[in-house]
Amino acid sequence: MKLAQILPASVVGLILFFLAFPIVVVAVVSFSSATYLTFPPPAFGLRWYEAYFSNPDWLKPTWVSIWVACAVVVLATFLGTLAALGIARLPRGLRVVAAGLILSPLIVPGIVVAIGIYYAYSRYGLVGTPIAMVLAHTCLAVPFVVTSVTASLSGIDPRLEQAALSLGATPGATFFQVTLPLIQPGVLVGALFAFITSFDELIVALFISGTGAVTLPRRMWDDLRFQIDPTIAAVSTLTIILTAALMGAAHLLRRRAERNRMATSSAAP
Amino acid sequence: MSEVVQPASLALAVTRPKTAPLNWRKAVPLLLAAPLLIYMLVFYALPVVAMLLRSVNDPTWTLSHYATLIDDVVFQKTFWITINTSVTVTLGCLILGYPVAMGLVRARSMAPFILVVILLPFWTSVLVRSYAWMVLLGRHGLVNEALLALGMIERPIRILNTPLATQIAMIHILLPYMILPIANALRQIDPSLIRAASGLGSTPFMTFRQVILPLSMSGVAAGTLLTFVLALGFYITPAMVGGPRDITLSMLIAQQVEQLNWAYAATLSAVLLATALAILAVARKLPGVGNAFRTSMR
Repeated sequence: MKLAQILPASVVGLILFFLAFPIVVVAVVSFSSATYLTFPPPAFGLRWYEAYFSNPDWLKPTWVSIWVACAVVVLATFLGTLAALGIARLPRGLRVVAAGLILSPLIVPGIVVAIGIYYAYSRYGLVGTPIAMVLAHTCLAVPFVVTSVTASLSGIDPRLEQAALSLGATPGATFFQVTLPLIQPGVLVGALFAFITSFDELIVALFISGTGAVTLPRRMWDDLRFQIDPTIAAVSTLTIILTAALMGAAHLLRRRAERNRMATSSAAP
Repeated sequence: MSEVVQPASLALAVTRPKTAPLNWRKAVPLLLAAPLLIYMLVFYALPVVAMLLRSVNDPTWTLSHYATLIDDVVFQKTFWITINTSVTVTLGCLILGYPVAMGLVRARSMAPFILVVILLPFWTSVLVRSYAWMVLLGRHGLVNEALLALGMIERPIRILNTPLATQIAMIHILLPYMILPIANALRQIDPSLIRAASGLGSTPFMTFRQVILPLSMSGVAAGTLLTFVLALGFYITPAMVGGPRDITLSMLIAQQVEQLNWAYAATLSAVLLATALAILAVARKLPGVGNAFRTSMR
């Protein structure tokens, strides 16, 4: 290799190191045997994982996060998939307005969404309840479901639905037997994104989780104010593994759906 | 079978769009979208609007809360810090992101590995990544230890809880938002153009300067604007690793809400939101950006 090749490659390598290294450090520190944060760890052990799994102060928020995220998945996937099916067929003007409303949580700064929700929900005594967390997180998760389902809808050959209808299938049968199987990967990817959006969400949780619905990120945040002991490294590593697995699954699903779509569209005349 | 098909297609051919059954069918898309639209209005949009209204109707209809911002030293300092941080972070992301995007597009066997290294931090929550930087940049953190070992400093320096820590952590968090749109734009460049340039005697640098860079500008613009808008609203990272006196607009808003100073918090929120929307409105006007923006939002 010439210098002209090695130099750019090493620059890219350094930047990739910058991206990956902090995550690696958290994972390594979580397996430390030391009672305080130090890197590299003097020896390895599972004491911080034991500390996490034996402490109800950590396990309870974990369950709250999981339940809230699961409820968000159901609500956001149902509402989002229905809406995506409708929006694709709306007249243009109405479609722009509807998409603007639904996608805006991606753009509106998190703090503005959080205090707006806090402002209104506190008026109805919702603050500090898991229901409030589900209601709010669904709003943040829905854009991902809608974009994902819309993307897979736009890849469907409209002749397939027309063929089903003209062969005598009812609109309902056409939907369940033709459209739904075709958009299923998109729905699944949307559901995975919805889960992670809720599971990782912190800003809204800071304002409305109160004392009755403390989620895992909120618990980590509270803990970090006083100390940075390696328990948080263990919790972080577990969440990194969980989200990476789910996101990896979503990524592969989407790649496969795209490949299938290209295969079918190139087969069509 | 044919007996079923015939009347159905006949009926379709005869009915005009104005008849009742077709009107009902026209309403179906709206009926499908309605539950979510109503949900978003009730649980998200109206709450945010009601909160923002406090900036103009507290205690009566007035614009005085906006007028006082003109002489508000705290607001001006905060706004300046927010813009300054966002600009620095965006520039940092651009400088670090462009080479990685090129590496990603050019790499053949290494491409999946590079993609995973970009996406793994991307998939990790902002809280966890900010925590990682707390671990690295602390007084006895790895960065200080390394600098001490190399003899570059005599005693641990303060990095955590300074603006520099915020900038490093935010660059780390936002870098994928810069890399992915640029890589998208680079991927769409016709490779024959690059071959033609070098075939005509252009050096690699000239090819980059005169062919690749101009053709990737839509991705650069999309990545820059996306990064900048996201940086404007950052709250968790500056609150965790930033300096106690380097307050961003988001932190000031949270502080005001804690003191139940809703009118001021709403006014600041409106300013933050308007700034973000203004940048996006400009972004949509730029040729090619709208499209690149939409694909990168997915």
